[in-house]
Amino acid sequence: MRLYLPIFILALLGFGFASFSVFMGTRLGPKRWNRAKLESYESGIEPTPHPPGGGRIPVKYYVTAMLFIVFDIEIIFLYPWAVTFNKLGAFGLVEMVTFVITVLVAYAYVWRRGGLEWD
Amino acid sequence: MTDQGMLQHLLAAPGTEPTLASFNTEIWWMVLLKAGMVFAFLLLTTIFMIWFERRVIGRMQNRPGPNRAGPFGLLQPVADALKLPLKEDIIPRSADKLIFVIAPVISATMAFIGFSVIPWGPEVSIFHHQTPLQLADLPVAVLVILAMSSIGVYGLVLAGWASGSPYSLLGALRSAAQVISYEIAMGLAFVAVFLYAGSLSTSAIVAAQNNGWFFWELPVSFVIYLFTMVGETNRLPFDLPEGEGELVAGYHTEYSSMKFAMFYLAEYINMTTVAALATTLFLGGWRAPWPISLWSGANTGWWPLLWFLIKVFILLFGYVWLRGTLPRVRYDQLMALGWKVLIPVSIVWILFIAVIRAWKLNFNSTAIYAVAGLVFVLLIIMVMAWDEAAQQRAARNAPTEASPQPAVAGPGQPAAPAFPVPPLDLPHYHGTGVEPGNSATPAREVTGA
Repeated sequence: MRLYLPIFILALLGFGFASFSVFMGTRLGPKRWNRAKLESYESGIEPTPHPPGGGRIPVKYYVTAMLFIVFDIEIIFLYPWAVTFNKLGAFGLVEMVTFVITVLVAYAYVWRRGGLEWD
Repeated sequence: MTDQGMLQHLLAAPGTEPTLASFNTEIWWMVLLKAGMVFAFLLLTTIFMIWFERRVIGRMQNRPGPNRAGPFGLLQPVADALKLPLKEDIIPRSADKLIFVIAPVISATMAFIGFSVIPWGPEVSIFHHQTPLQLADLPVAVLVILAMSSIGVYGLVLAGWASGSPYSLLGALRSAAQVISYEIAMGLAFVAVFLYAGSLSTSAIVAAQNNGWFFWELPVSFVIYLFTMVGETNRLPFDLPEGEGELVAGYHTEYSSMKFAMFYLAEYINMTTVAALATTLFLGGWRAPWPISLWSGANTGWWPLLWFLIKVFILLFGYVWLRGTLPRVRYDQLMALGWKVLIPVSIVWILFIAVIRAWKLNFNSTAIYAVAGLVFVLLIIMVMAWDEAAQQRAARNAPTEASPQPAVAGPGQPAAPAFPVPPLDLPHYHGTGVEPGNSATPAREVTGA
């Protein structure tokens, strides 16, 4: 815990500075009410009305998010392996290559099925 | 430095490499002092970078840049910083008020935390106390930076969502997809470094580069990291989340006054942090570059701080240079670079470097040869895939050059494209009322109309 203490102190400094600045921004600036100013900015046209339930988002973003999880978990396994590589020896190398190749199979499948195409 | 300090320093010279143990015995005021130093450094660097970027971009575009406020326009960012809180702070009617206010604070705070584990130098004496020039170090220090860059994305996404404006939402979605895509390549680029250093602690990684910077041993990882650090910080040519030509300002379209300033600050601090991380992981951290490193005193005392700052600012100049040189890429190009180039290249590179490492460590096992053969096959597959992609691209580009030919149906009969096209050789295309022969710019020949 002692090692983490300086990080918390810097976090407090940064948080204090950011929240103080945002607070001062609301106090120091002028307040001139104008109905059009509070509309959301859409380059001058009438703002789009809000769709119920927040609207729809292209499914591509969900595919990207799922692929991110797949590869992030691969990274989670790679870090401890890299740090203890010297102790694991040839066993660690063979195991990791096997694991990475199974992930690469999934990757090649996603690529062939067009999961990486954005258009 | 006093004589006594110098003596202490000389006595401590063999042990100037800080270890994790030296962070466990810190005095409380030293922690506060160093936290204040990091905080002040980040604010000053941001202020300096705003001025530096505008000046350098100005030079690159053949104009002077800001030169009115103070000598060389140095006070321009100060004037900007004073102006921003005096502007009206607008919260749009459609915004989710609480989250709209919290989002910039999240962004800025996380940006500050990321820098805490960066080593600035070896052990020095401050007021006769030996202390490493580094705020904090952990057995998992690099993970702290990765975690903070991930949580920083929450700031952007929440800002875009809470604004209740389509432009903001689009910018936030793009930003989230871009940052998580490039984070994978970034995480994979680090694996090779951890493999060589055998640790995630930043001070241990710098210590491991005593005999040579990782830049020389792991050039592919370094190049991949350079790509991802531009993608992670949403800077040109990868600044799609705030591409002003299409999204106004992306996730911070609706922000004004100090809330906008916090996003700006977070962006510049993140730039500094990833540049400092590149220095730490690949460029030897605070170690002196080659000709200077021949001098025995180069890596002791306060000098390393100078080498560290020089390296960081060279990388920051690279950011400005990129911005002055390259146009923005398309979003599908950006995602294709991240998913189809950076990720497979770094995975195969990691396996390759692991085999090399196993060879060097002499594991005494025939399995290494089998793995080496496998990695070789992977390399061949990758080169073949690259070749196939190049051929596909050539095939895709070929018809566009030949397309005018089939569009002409025949003599006396107008071409019939699938959709109505206005005639392309109208006079106003070549200057109004001027015959093509007389105009200053000769009429461009238009075929296929």
